[in-house]
Amino acid sequence: MKPLNHVVAATPPSGIRRFFDIAQQMEGVISLGVGEPDFVTPWHIREAAIYAIERGCTSYTSNAGLPRLREAIAAHLHRLYGVQYDPGAEIIVTVGVSEGLDLALRALLNPGDEVILPEPAYVSYAPCVSFAGGVPAVVRTRGVDGFRLRPEEIADRITPRTKAILLCFPSNPTGTIQSQQDLQDIVDLAVANDLYLVSDEIYDRLTYVEAHTCVASLRGAWERTVLLNGFSKAYAMTGWRVAYACAPRPVTEAMLKIHQYSLLCAPHAAQWAAVEALENGEAAVRAMVEEYDRRRRFFVRGLCRAGLDCHEPGGAFYAFPSIARSGLSSEQFAEQLLFQERVAVVPGNAFGISGEGHVRCSYATGVGHLEEALARIARFMERCHQGALARDRREPAPA
Amino acid sequence: MRAILEILERDARTSPERIADMLGLDAAAVRSQIEEWERTGVIRRSKTVVDWERYGDERVSAFIDVSVTPERGSGFDDIAARIYRFPEVRSVFLVSGGFDLRVIVEGRSIKEVANFVAEKLAPLDRVTSTNTHFLLKTYKEDGDIFAEADTDHRLLVAP
Repeated sequence: MKPLNHVVAATPPSGIRRFFDIAQQMEGVISLGVGEPDFVTPWHIREAAIYAIERGCTSYTSNAGLPRLREAIAAHLHRLYGVQYDPGAEIIVTVGVSEGLDLALRALLNPGDEVILPEPAYVSYAPCVSFAGGVPAVVRTRGVDGFRLRPEEIADRITPRTKAILLCFPSNPTGTIQSQQDLQDIVDLAVANDLYLVSDEIYDRLTYVEAHTCVASLRGAWERTVLLNGFSKAYAMTGWRVAYACAPRPVTEAMLKIHQYSLLCAPHAAQWAAVEALENGEAAVRAMVEEYDRRRRFFVRGLCRAGLDCHEPGGAFYAFPSIARSGLSSEQFAEQLLFQERVAVVPGNAFGISGEGHVRCSYATGVGHLEEALARIARFMERCHQGALARDRREPAPA
Repeated sequence: MRAILEILERDARTSPERIADMLGLDAAAVRSQIEEWERTGVIRRSKTVVDWERYGDERVSAFIDVSVTPERGSGFDDIAARIYRFPEVRSVFLVSGGFDLRVIVEGRSIKEVANFVAEKLAPLDRVTSTNTHFLLKTYKEDGDIFAEADTDHRLLVAP
């Protein structure tokens, strides 16, 4: 047989996958490895989709999505961030932000174009850049900075081949949010070097210490930004596969071509659920955010008590603590914690080399589970500590 | 501080330490706030939500619509008090609409509840009529859904 596509062949499978296969076969596992809300979609949203199915909304919709949904998205973004998108030409309803990202990269990149992306990063970014013919150019962020993305480090990575900067704040996996000033500095770099900005803002509603800054709302950003967002995290709608991409018309026209020849449209009933979410979902969002915030405080305090240093995550529903005191690599830590204490976390190196030394813990699970998980982690850390002491004693004293 | 009450209302056994962690407060401050609320009656008492049917208990509840003649001076309050003092009576509400008081009565058998209505409630002065609805099945009570179990459909590890 002839060989498969060499880009795909060269891309390693997701590091999360291997872990999932192990955890799935064990009993009594408390999982902090889940990157989605534990809430079920609010009932009024589910009910709206059921009603849509009863009315027979089972056909394709227009490629760009239901006009009513695009209008609701435009109104929503304007209300929250003051940004304006024409629902007739500048908004595409996509099958998850994943599709929106793929469309954006394929529409923007020529072979060999570089895309700057901060690491640790969501597992899909670098592979999607490669699949679209681009070259990922990674900028490291560090635990000591709380994984803040330093604009000057982006500047260092810009080359004549650079086409775009990919941003994701609040961040999966670190939970980091970026200050408005930092984001403005990054936008200014994009303006100065004529780069596109692709901003995945799927966690925009889940911020706890300061309000979210929409990249497209910043000075000079709108005309070069592809804004990606959706319903999965804010409204607990991951399985509905509905999201949206907003950009200036030439970009959305290119993206829409790919979309109409590949996905055609997002699921029809799910789009009606999304309409209901935007029009009547605000109270549910607030209640969920409040609950996440309580768990966040509870969990981060607990991690620190257990001996895992953790920067305060200002958004999303992840803590990304350092595991330095365990003396283990992030894969060893995750594997031993799973086998010894039946707690599943995701090793930080699944999100790129700069995630090494950390693990991602999702606190999108009930406080009771979090409390039990913390007790198990504390026990595990105690054993790591004892093991390290024993090793120290065995080692001969330096001469 | 309101958030403390919200947490306790959902689970009264949440420890002050846990509440403090959830809200970014000091455990001693949470404890003294709870004590103050207990003193001032903001927190009336704590109870456990029990699914008695699942436990295996045979219990009978009935919702009774009671029409009464209100009294000059006290309106419905006196007759309501005469009804709510019976231990068989779980709840009494004054409501608008086609009748006046909605009374919830609990007993060990249909006969016991029926006897209570016939011998205690209906003969009261100023009670002009009663309409008894026996409870057949509880789907949801005080915000708790009894009819279905919570299931987590998520995969254990996801990006």
